[in-house]
Amino acid sequence: MNRWFKSGTPWIWLNAGAVAASLVMVFGLILMIAVNGLSFFWPSEVIEFEYQTEQDAEPRRVMGELQRSETMTAQAMRDAGFTVPEGQDIVVRHLIKRGNRDLDSRDFQWYLDDFMSEWERPRDAVVLERLQWGDFYGYIREYQEDGETVAEGREARTAFEERMPKTRELVQQIQHIERIEIGRVNFELERLRIAQRGVERATDLSPEERDQRREELDAERAELDARYAELEAERNALRDELARFAIVLETADGQHATIPLSRIVNAWWPNDMSVPAKLRHYVVAFWDFMTGYPREANTEGGILPAIFGTVLMVILMSIVVTPFGVLAAIYLREYAKQGPLVRTIRISVNNLAGVPSIVFGVFGLGFFVYLIGGNIDQIFFRDALPSPTFGSPAIIWASLTLALLTLPVVIVSTEEGLTRIGASIRHGSLALGATKAETLWRLIVPLSAPAMMTGLILAVARAAGEVAPLMLVGVVKLAPTLPLDGNFPYLHLDRAFMHLGFHIFDVGFQSPNVEAGRPLVYATALVLVMLIIVLNLTAISIRNHLREKYRADSD
Amino acid sequence: MSDTATHAVNVTQGDRPDRGLRLSSEEICLTAEDLKLFYGEDQALKGLDIQIPKNRITAFIGPSGCGKSTFLRCFNRMNDLIDAARIEGTIRLDGENIYDKAVDVPELRRRVGMVFQKPNPFPKSIYENVAYGLRLQGVNNRRRLNEVVEKSLKRAALWDEVKDRLHENAFGLSGGQQQRLVIARAIAIDPEVLLLDEPCSALDPLATLKIEELMIELKKDYTLVIVTHNMQQAARVSDYTAFMYMGELIEYADTDTLFTSPAKKQTEDYITGRFG
Repeated sequence: MNRWFKSGTPWIWLNAGAVAASLVMVFGLILMIAVNGLSFFWPSEVIEFEYQTEQDAEPRRVMGELQRSETMTAQAMRDAGFTVPEGQDIVVRHLIKRGNRDLDSRDFQWYLDDFMSEWERPRDAVVLERLQWGDFYGYIREYQEDGETVAEGREARTAFEERMPKTRELVQQIQHIERIEIGRVNFELERLRIAQRGVERATDLSPEERDQRREELDAERAELDARYAELEAERNALRDELARFAIVLETADGQHATIPLSRIVNAWWPNDMSVPAKLRHYVVAFWDFMTGYPREANTEGGILPAIFGTVLMVILMSIVVTPFGVLAAIYLREYAKQGPLVRTIRISVNNLAGVPSIVFGVFGLGFFVYLIGGNIDQIFFRDALPSPTFGSPAIIWASLTLALLTLPVVIVSTEEGLTRIGASIRHGSLALGATKAETLWRLIVPLSAPAMMTGLILAVARAAGEVAPLMLVGVVKLAPTLPLDGNFPYLHLDRAFMHLGFHIFDVGFQSPNVEAGRPLVYATALVLVMLIIVLNLTAISIRNHLREKYRADSD
Repeated sequence: MSDTATHAVNVTQGDRPDRGLRLSSEEICLTAEDLKLFYGEDQALKGLDIQIPKNRITAFIGPSGCGKSTFLRCFNRMNDLIDAARIEGTIRLDGENIYDKAVDVPELRRRVGMVFQKPNPFPKSIYENVAYGLRLQGVNNRRRLNEVVEKSLKRAALWDEVKDRLHENAFGLSGGQQQRLVIARAIAIDPEVLLLDEPCSALDPLATLKIEELMIELKKDYTLVIVTHNMQQAARVSDYTAFMYMGELIEYADTDTLFTSPAKKQTEDYITGRFG
């Protein structure tokens, strides 16, 4: 035993064990998120069964998707108010997603296995993804055009399927008009409103000039109003077109519902799909999730604004933190006289990395948003006051706050990179007649670029995952507009934005419908992790490229 | 000690023209006058005087720590980089005091090139290494750069070995090649003087031989000053040799004289291997 200890073998086992544990944790985490998040988009089969407890006079028919099953002790179920036959110790219960939130109050319901009849998988059971009220489960009975039934039963389904692509196209057109075209008009109108206030307030205008300006603005506004009316008419025409078609459905328990096609996002018959068809559905559903806008208090629809906001914020942060951190590190390492003062600064910078991020959020709110943003508003955007332009949480302040938060990382790794470049190379350059500045910019800085990239990688990883400070300085639950769009000046740094991290928190813990949000939490988490991985891999490949270019060793 | 030092100075001033130094026929490139260097309180160079002739190879020999490298670094003011170093006295390059306040140090270092003990190519391509000094001077014309890079590499006897891989990283070269690359880099900006600080100490005999041949070739155009540990090397390549000991210049003479009939006991002891 003693010899075994002396041989060093235990150490090897300990070290290898630590590595293995880390790997298991990382892959386990990713695997769990991936399994839970990705299975959400798979069109799982719809089951139908009869359910009759001892209190029920007659059975109810229930249709839905099986979410998960649990094995419980009978006593716990009895305490929860379920009737469990005497003498039974264990019960199995199933969580069924019934959908139809507009007809039944609860779209997720637990059912005891004991009271269930045999599960059926009806081939013509349809699942509808709707703009409101969540999913619908039932059977298509009739297909209506202008309120008249034109097809029934099997034909109704065919007619509906034929009509769906056109419907989706129309829905997209309407969304385009609302989001882009009308959005642009509204943007212009807001600009005019502010310009108008500027004219009213201006002291250097003569009454004639003022009247003239007013007239100009009125003319512009009239033009925009006309454009607005035009777009509205166009949209209404499309809506009317959409409203002509509807389907009548019957639920498992015999209720009827008429749903206009304009309310339907997607429809599928999961029990009647081949595996390739399911795959196609899966890919489309995932794509819609990635590129769609959220609906229903974020529990449905896509996460495009959140992805967009996260990426843009990280990019803005990188643009700020890299030059700032690199310059600071160069000064500290190359120019400043190494002494107690520089040592103190270095310790302070390192400690800055340990400050809880929410503290940065508070600082960002007080300093960036209220002080700097408020003053910018006072000076440049007087006409818009009292509604703030830069004086409210915005993507620029979030980026700056995170830049501050990640600054130490960049400074420390840049300094390390600079230290690693030895005196012999510096002297070689100086001996060729280079000044100190020339040596720095032509040789030292390019050579330490990989170290700077390392700092940036760490900064990006930290910034992309940070949520707490963002809640104070720019992230919102639902942003009506993206911070980047087709309206001048295209990049709107004064806008609040959505963020994947906050989205997870919001959907998971702030949403009224916990069960509906659960898979989205996983899916969003997966996207966030993937996004961080992609951002990191990009930075790492850039760094490796740089390293290859400035290879400093002969190995 | 100071007695011997005074004596040595006398030697350099041509006190004994028949014995050793025949500088009168040479054109003088560098002159040091009463050069003292202090590291804080310690005096590393104790008032040195020397005249270094143009287009000749002058070698500094002496035991470790005698100050020969420090002395060499005075000629292109590399000692300025050491905060604690303080210099008194003058060094003249073509009659001009390089320690004058008005001197542009980068310009001086351009005129007085230096090759270090350990090859120190930049982690760039072979081409960019040689072009570095020219780019510093603002030369970006591709044709001119190509020309100078080729000429310098040829002069450094490296062209044939690297002409097919000019754009590969310089760290792919062997130690001897790297040292020749560094020499090419130094002569690319056409200096007047080339200081070599033990240029062969990190190289194998064959690479050493090549560098030595190169030095003899280079003295047609440049004034070379070399610090070496290796007395055979000094004897083989140099025209004049200075023996230093404990920060003082003991003896300075043409190489043959110094090695065959040294005037000083200390010199004789050193070259015959009795100490050092």
